[in-house]
Amino acid sequence: MSAAATTIAHEVPPQAGPRAFLHRLRQGDEIAHLITLTFAAVILLLTSMLVYELWVNSHLSRTAFGWSFFWTKVWDPNFDNFGAAPFIYGTLVTSAVALVLAVPLGLASAIFLSELAPRNISDVISFLIDLLAAVPSVIYGLLGIFIVVPLMRTTIGPLLINTVGNVPYIGVLFRGPNYGVGFLTAGIVLAIMVVPFIISVSREVLLTVPREQREAAMALGATRWESTWQVVVPWARTGIMGSVFLALARALGETMAVTMVIGNAAAIKASLLAPGDTIASTIANQFTEATGDLYLSSLIELGLVLFLITFILNGLARILIVATERGGGRPA
Amino acid sequence: MKKSLLVVWLMTLTAAIAAAQGGTVLLNAAGATFPYPIYSKWFDVYHTAHPNVQINYQSIGSGGGIRQLQAGTVDFGASDGPMTDEQLAQSKFKILHFPTVLGAVVPTYNIAGVTGELNFTQKALAGIYLGTITKWNDPEIAKANSGVKLPSADIVVVHRSDGSGTSYIWTDFLAKVSDDWKNKVGKAATSVNWPVGLGGKGNEGVTGLVKQTPNAIGYIELIYAVQNNIPYGKVQNAAGKFVKADLAGVTAAAAADAKSIPDDFRVSITNAPGPTVYPISSFTWLLIPAQIQDAAKRDAIKDFLKWMLTEGQKYNEGLSYAQLPKAVIVRETKAISLIQ
Repeated sequence: MSAAATTIAHEVPPQAGPRAFLHRLRQGDEIAHLITLTFAAVILLLTSMLVYELWVNSHLSRTAFGWSFFWTKVWDPNFDNFGAAPFIYGTLVTSAVALVLAVPLGLASAIFLSELAPRNISDVISFLIDLLAAVPSVIYGLLGIFIVVPLMRTTIGPLLINTVGNVPYIGVLFRGPNYGVGFLTAGIVLAIMVVPFIISVSREVLLTVPREQREAAMALGATRWESTWQVVVPWARTGIMGSVFLALARALGETMAVTMVIGNAAAIKASLLAPGDTIASTIANQFTEATGDLYLSSLIELGLVLFLITFILNGLARILIVATERGGGRPA
Repeated sequence: MKKSLLVVWLMTLTAAIAAAQGGTVLLNAAGATFPYPIYSKWFDVYHTAHPNVQINYQSIGSGGGIRQLQAGTVDFGASDGPMTDEQLAQSKFKILHFPTVLGAVVPTYNIAGVTGELNFTQKALAGIYLGTITKWNDPEIAKANSGVKLPSADIVVVHRSDGSGTSYIWTDFLAKVSDDWKNKVGKAATSVNWPVGLGGKGNEGVTGLVKQTPNAIGYIELIYAVQNNIPYGKVQNAAGKFVKADLAGVTAAAAADAKSIPDDFRVSITNAPGPTVYPISSFTWLLIPAQIQDAAKRDAIKDFLKWMLTEGQKYNEGLSYAQLPKAVIVRETKAISLIQ
């Protein structure tokens, strides 16, 4: 088992008691322990305070709508009727589109950079990719408006409608009026935004795979690609998945770039070309001018829903990681 | 070098402290974004003339302005829509409305092959935004534009995605001229449940979508259209005339209704009577507490209001805001004495 190989041999803890404590204190261990514990606790405190605030301030909306908030399809500030369904749908769809596009792209780039490219070229490109990850989202929004939206309206949209749109079942995803803005455009812009995260983290993880793994595979007669795909990538699977979930988290919460290209319509449409809206975008758009108490409370509950979605998806990710570890596991 | 910097810094600090002790009145205000350009001009000019009064305005939106005023975190607020009876009842103290300038909202469009100014009947605008009029060559649009060749293309409707005073004025007009709108979408509001269309963020977002999308129509503030040379259409007023928005037409709208304006100035002037009136116009308001404990702040606010109604109005047109009509200025000047 590889677990045994990676386990760090723990020192035997010193005997309990005041003398041992003083001893550890003198060595600095206890101080370091206390300081890091405090900081870890602060994170926990921040998260719980965040949830507490969202929970308390969404009281009005929670009592008014109850669970139906999750599936009501209307968002009507004028008649005080609020439901999160269109925004939950928009958030999940745009993030899913982003991952579908970004994961193959990101993973392939990471494999190239870590396994195939010469090390110095790989380092230069990685540096540029890290720069991409630091570009503010409004810049990606502008890129979306000036490049992706016109391209979608004039070229990609009509192409999809005329080809994939005629295919049974999946055709419904690419039908109807094409404005250039919508779920798909938002998904594409999100994909561009999250790809650097996937590449950067995955590359680091792939580089940590021990050299012996590759050599062993090759010694058994594997080609370079076979050793990469069947040995190196499975070894780094957990870390790669981590990079994907980091990307997902960014996609779920992205506000500015999405608002600029999604069309901002509170509607659930099957077509990816239709305009929609996400939770984060709606909160950013409407918070400043929300005057009614119930309206404000509903916007805060939207925040709570987004937190819940992130929480659930992260939980599922953990389960998935654990499950893949158990079944198959790392080649030892 | 470092030493001299330190000296300069210290001198500034001492000057600031001296100013603070020398009876400087610092007023905090927050609210509407639509009048922000004229407000910042006013507060700046007023500060130059009265160095002891400094007004700090944050354009966080009308809703935020009302909330902060109610919470007492600002000295006065500003809003593009008057506060509702419900909001006034919720406030712990009495709040007065003072109209400051007038603004207007205009329809802008992008139709292939159409370069001239289009005329929009009231029914046409309501129908387009309700989704009942879907083609550009619909008879309701065509009958007001004889001689213009309108395509049979689908209309792409664009509205604001963010809550905004511009949407408030627009929906106020639509609710007045269309019963269908009033029943389905409701009264004027900063954001509504739009029956159709795409949302753009801010005037620039709406303009961008309209410019990019063939056969689109959107609505933007007059000031934004004028400053950026964006063409816009004429709108039919209550007298049946098609009027292109300009500052005179907006002031006319306010003057037409001046007599019927209630004493608290909470009034909508969309679709006002009169042949020269531009029908999609509105006041924007400062929200001032009726009772201000701090005498220095009270005097400063009252003096600023007087200045704003006289000197201040001269700066309006330079920034494309319409002046208040004389009758309204007279009534507001009287109302200043209500602040105690």
